[in-house]
Amino acid sequence: MEVEALVIDAKGMHYTPLNRKIREAVASGVKEIILNNVLGQRFICDGLRGDVKITINGVPGGDLGMFMSGPECEIFGDAEHAPGNTMDEGTLVIHGTAGDAVAHSMRGGKVFVEKNIGYRGGIHMKEYQGKHPVLVVGGTSHAFLGEYMAGGLILVLGIGHEAAVRDRGIGSGIHGGEIVIRGDVNEKLLGVGAKKVGFTDEDLERLTPVLNEFCERFGIDPSPFLDTSYSRIIPESSRPFAGNYTWE
Amino acid sequence: MSLGSVPLKYRISIDRDQCMKCMRCVDNCSYGVFRVEDDKILIDSRKCTACHRCISMCPRDAITLQERPVDYRSHPLWTVEAREDIINQARTGKIILAGMGNALDYPVIFDRLVLDACQVTNPSIDPLREPMELRTYIGKKPSKLDFTKNNADVELKTKLTPNLKLDTPIMIGHMSYGAISLNAQLSLAKAVAKTGTFMGTGEGGMHEAIYPYQDHMIVQIASGRFGVDINYLERGAAIEIKIGQGAKPGIGGHLPGEKVCSDVSCTRMIPLGSDAISPAPHHDIYSIEDLAQLVRGLKEATNWEKPVFVKIAAVHNVAAIAAGIARSSADAVVIDGFRGGTGAAPKVFRDNVGIPIEAAIAAVDQKLNDQGIRNEVSVIASGGIRNSGDLAKSIALGADAVYIGTASLIALGCRVCGNCYRGLCPWGIATQKPELVERIDPEVGAEHVANLIHAWTLELSELMGAAGINSIESLRGNRERLRGYMLDEGLLNVLRVESVGA
Amino acid sequence: MIDRTMARMDGSSIKKALSLMDERGSGEGAGYVAYGIYPDYADCYAIHVFFDNLLEPKSMVDEILQKWGRIVHQEEIPTYEQQDLKKEHIPWRYFFKPYTDLMVGTTNPDDDNVKHLVMTINSSIEGALVFSSGMNLGVFKAAGWPEDVANFYRIEDYRGYIWLAHNRYPTNTSGWWGGAHPFNLLDWSVVHNGEITSYGTNRRYVESNGYKCTMRTDTEVVAYLFDLLGRRHGLPSELIVKALAPPFWDEIDEMPEKQEEFMRVLRLTYGPALMNGPFAIVVATKDGIVGFTDRIKLRPLVVGEHGSRLYLSSEEAAIRTMDPDVENIYMPRAGEPVIGRVLE
Repeated sequence: MEVEALVIDAKGMHYTPLNRKIREAVASGVKEIILNNVLGQRFICDGLRGDVKITINGVPGGDLGMFMSGPECEIFGDAEHAPGNTMDEGTLVIHGTAGDAVAHSMRGGKVFVEKNIGYRGGIHMKEYQGKHPVLVVGGTSHAFLGEYMAGGLILVLGIGHEAAVRDRGIGSGIHGGEIVIRGDVNEKLLGVGAKKVGFTDEDLERLTPVLNEFCERFGIDPSPFLDTSYSRIIPESSRPFAGNYTWE
Repeated sequence: MSLGSVPLKYRISIDRDQCMKCMRCVDNCSYGVFRVEDDKILIDSRKCTACHRCISMCPRDAITLQERPVDYRSHPLWTVEAREDIINQARTGKIILAGMGNALDYPVIFDRLVLDACQVTNPSIDPLREPMELRTYIGKKPSKLDFTKNNADVELKTKLTPNLKLDTPIMIGHMSYGAISLNAQLSLAKAVAKTGTFMGTGEGGMHEAIYPYQDHMIVQIASGRFGVDINYLERGAAIEIKIGQGAKPGIGGHLPGEKVCSDVSCTRMIPLGSDAISPAPHHDIYSIEDLAQLVRGLKEATNWEKPVFVKIAAVHNVAAIAAGIARSSADAVVIDGFRGGTGAAPKVFRDNVGIPIEAAIAAVDQKLNDQGIRNEVSVIASGGIRNSGDLAKSIALGADAVYIGTASLIALGCRVCGNCYRGLCPWGIATQKPELVERIDPEVGAEHVANLIHAWTLELSELMGAAGINSIESLRGNRERLRGYMLDEGLLNVLRVESVGA
Repeated sequence: MIDRTMARMDGSSIKKALSLMDERGSGEGAGYVAYGIYPDYADCYAIHVFFDNLLEPKSMVDEILQKWGRIVHQEEIPTYEQQDLKKEHIPWRYFFKPYTDLMVGTTNPDDDNVKHLVMTINSSIEGALVFSSGMNLGVFKAAGWPEDVANFYRIEDYRGYIWLAHNRYPTNTSGWWGGAHPFNLLDWSVVHNGEITSYGTNRRYVESNGYKCTMRTDTEVVAYLFDLLGRRHGLPSELIVKALAPPFWDEIDEMPEKQEEFMRVLRLTYGPALMNGPFAIVVATKDGIVGFTDRIKLRPLVVGEHGSRLYLSSEEAAIRTMDPDVENIYMPRAGEPVIGRVLE
């Protein structure tokens, strides 16, 4: 039986009753929820499970989709700090920009940001067994991108910008996963334990589905991006700091 | 140029007359001190860690251990440790890691505090025959009761947020699966379930084998977010955000890749064999307001059904930090003093950073009291609690309950040799090697740990009864029942305790 | 004792009753409080002060009172020399009306104003100690035997509908005047037999709520706890007693669900107010008296009733001294409040 989309006017609503409504709806089998007039409510879909699509019209507050496990959220507006924080599974599609620490500690699922993100994007993302988190940024990223990264993929396209990343500390402390940045990246911008390697045709083949999905989500023609003009940044070692210590 | 070797730390010898060559020492030593050649047990003392496994297993008491059999020229400043650390670093150029808690000879404040007992002006209470209440609730409390009055009918309006109910104010602190073995963790879990109290998972996720005891588990979320997903959060009886740890305030942790076996990898949800790196800060907490956010984020994810604790290392400004935490939605503040144990920490941190738990409890209790919010939040103290005396003193200084760590491991066999980081623990505690892990029978281990908790609980009851107190609430923060012995005035002021005789 | 019809009784019988229990004291402190004794100034706070002299301390108290309100009348409390009682202080009384608009952020500004003054004077003006601060009531106490203290103040000249009296055997502090019972703050007066082993915890709790302990003895926290829970948190007497001497957890666990929740929340909210150790306490307000003992009944308390009168005492003989025809005499259960409320 098809259940109709639930529309919630979130104007002036606190996040707790809002989340409660969402949770109740999902529990009762609703597959589509539309939140209108969202402005600043944090923790939307916090810890939410299930197979549901949630459309958010407005600017949600920080920690959107924190601990989320499964749902898909499409945001027509900018997101603030740490969307996808410690997310387990599911998708965030942000038609706009996002703040600092996007996809912090994300273990699975996808975060697509159409425009720019702030500092420390993808910090401590990690992968595990079948889970492989993906962060794709259409615009640019600031410093410490993929800091402490332990797995997954970060892809930054820099659409409309001369350089996708101009800030320092890329992949600082990285010990797993990969950071792929459109265009060349100055070695000086790499953080501790990160190394730049060539981007090959095999890499392109591997990433093509992600590129296609991202472009499709935002109605962009993928063809200009299907080449090898990328820099790929990976860990020098899976144990970046092991050499710093001696035992008593 | 060679620096040569440094002298032996321990010398092991066997009384050959006593020895019956049962080979238990050879089988039990995981460090390789003993080997058999031509039917003779040979000894390599340099490998000894003083874990006492061989001694405890020898049926004839034939093994002797001597610490520091070789003298250095004695010197009050250039201690043996100072000299050997320099030699080590001259060789390696590296940061020295060490196990267990602070090993410097700082005075122990607990040992300079004495408890009170009744004489004449009020009667002591015999806990064996009269009621003695140790039940402790950990969590937020209202500042005042809210109710409606309808003539004689009084209707409660206050809604209490979830609290943990402890039968005794002793909990077991966070030691992760990975840092300790599954059998060790399972022993502790069974023990807390038996004794009506709780323990922490540490930052290692929760292994399936622990699920039956999940109602007694406090699940930790630390900067690495290892093993953290919504299922994990929902399993716990409470959630604890770990900001810092007394043994190494201000830095993160590394679980070396070689300890990440397949089971540990599953529980932590990280790849096999890669280092599990906990960053120093939580990267979604760069300020007190961000902490409040994470507290709310966790509560929101779990439908406001779980108490959330925040653990900090006892540092200089601990009181103000705790007051900030108390103002968030957090239900309890955990303070970990500078004697807190650890599997591995940079020695310079372990021995030099942070403050003692006694002063930290008093300062936090005072600050919260000054701000009129002491009873609204619980205070859990940890870091070097060795016996029921320390426990009673901690509560009288202002703690609601304590976490024990090292003490609970000693109940499982640990002899505080401090080599946890090597992963070869012959007692099966700090190791993931199956043949060592199986040396702990979780049923037996649980009994020992439960015995310990039970014994301390009895002793605490006796101490309270002697002080004429029959409910733990009346001991909490009751500085009148403490006196300082040979403590200086500055410290007495911090502790808000009078001197003996005063 | 209380007369629930508010019929006023003079202090002669309670003097006799207290003297009967000289065995319980050491001649180092005794006191009385009576409610309804100042009908001419019924709407003023009657502030009783011990002055060491009438120079600096008094001028400082005058000054602070005049800053915070109006002194309607003041005089030395009449006293009469007793051979065995050394007059160490000059007892003085003010009838005082605080300026209501000076205290903000409170629902009862007058009481908070006077409470603030009491705390300030007692902690900062040397040579002055406020020992009574309620409306239409007064504490009379000194270091000495009960009959000497009674004669010193001629308490038979006062007529009140509630009387509390106390005979002290001091341990915590030597017999100084301020340490004698009753302890009073605003409308609350307390007499206490025993020692509070939870004093340190209770003290920190009341201090945390803005009270200052200045009497150097454990009983004063009881007055502050009643003021905090009763006046500021609005708890009725029964609930205050349940907070201070709660049922044991095993009893709470057995209660019906709603009651269990109520008691659990009450106990958790007021954990630091729980009083431990041996005590029998009687607390008075203008609306009545409440007596209770510690949870395991380590101190005696006897109740007597006769018509509109209710008597509470450590000994039955004292009650029979006051009222030879007393009818119903019984011993209340531990931790259960005995309440005598004035009839509306």
